[in-house]
Amino acid sequence: MRRLFVILALLTFGLLTFALYEGVVAAPTEQTMGEVQRIFYYHVPSAVTAFTLFLINFVVSIIYLARRSPRADALAVSTAEVGVVFCTVVLVTGPLWARPVWGIWWTWDARLTSTLLLWLIYVSYLILRRYSTSGQTPVIAAVLAVFGFLDVPFVYLANRLFRTQHPQPVYFGGPGSGADPRMTFALLMNMAAFFAFAALVCGCAFAWSAPGRTLKKLRPWKLCCCRM
Amino acid sequence: MKFLYAAYAATWLIHITYLALLSRRYRRLRDEMQEFHKK
Repeated sequence: MRRLFVILALLTFGLLTFALYEGVVAAPTEQTMGEVQRIFYYHVPSAVTAFTLFLINFVVSIIYLARRSPRADALAVSTAEVGVVFCTVVLVTGPLWARPVWGIWWTWDARLTSTLLLWLIYVSYLILRRYSTSGQTPVIAAVLAVFGFLDVPFVYLANRLFRTQHPQPVYFGGPGSGADPRMTFALLMNMAAFFAFAALVCGCAFAWSAPGRTLKKLRPWKLCCCRM
Repeated sequence: MKFLYAAYAATWLIHITYLALLSRRYRRLRDEMQEFHKK
């Protein structure tokens, strides 16, 4: 198992390195924004990865509500945790891109505000999991996850439905959308690398939560560090 | 260029911080398991 983990970690590291090279060096420089546009290769894949993790969280939360499976519950926590990390990256890289391009760090438009709201929902979910000692916590958290996920399609559609400061979609935005094939390749490489990285980290968080759950069952009076 | 470097550096800083928290959690869990097996 450890050998498999090392092999997957090395493959992910290699993919991340190659994707970084594609984003920073190989992809052509965008004509209007210049070099700062390369933030796109981290900003967009982070958002897609976060949305995917929240989707998995949504599905396993429904499974948990239907079957009360502890494994589904543990996977829900792992995906929410890693999803929040990627969503944080989106909220940090976004303003760093906006400042030189728009002249402002932040604006309360539909896309940005709904993304911040999404982050707050899943941070609330993790706080609930961390600090609530009620036996109903997993159920309440699963319900929160199901309703919280409703914000994901809203974030995706926000710049299609409303006039926003955030640019219109580069892909799947109707006629005229799309990018240079080398840019698309760099984007896809970064997306694959971030997916692999997220899967690896989620796998670790999930695997390490199993002995923690056993310990809690054996010693319920001690709410140890491994509490989710 | 400084915004580009800042964005890439911030991304990895966030990921490394989370990995450090995760590995600390794992170490604590391992110690607790060892302590439990001793008892």
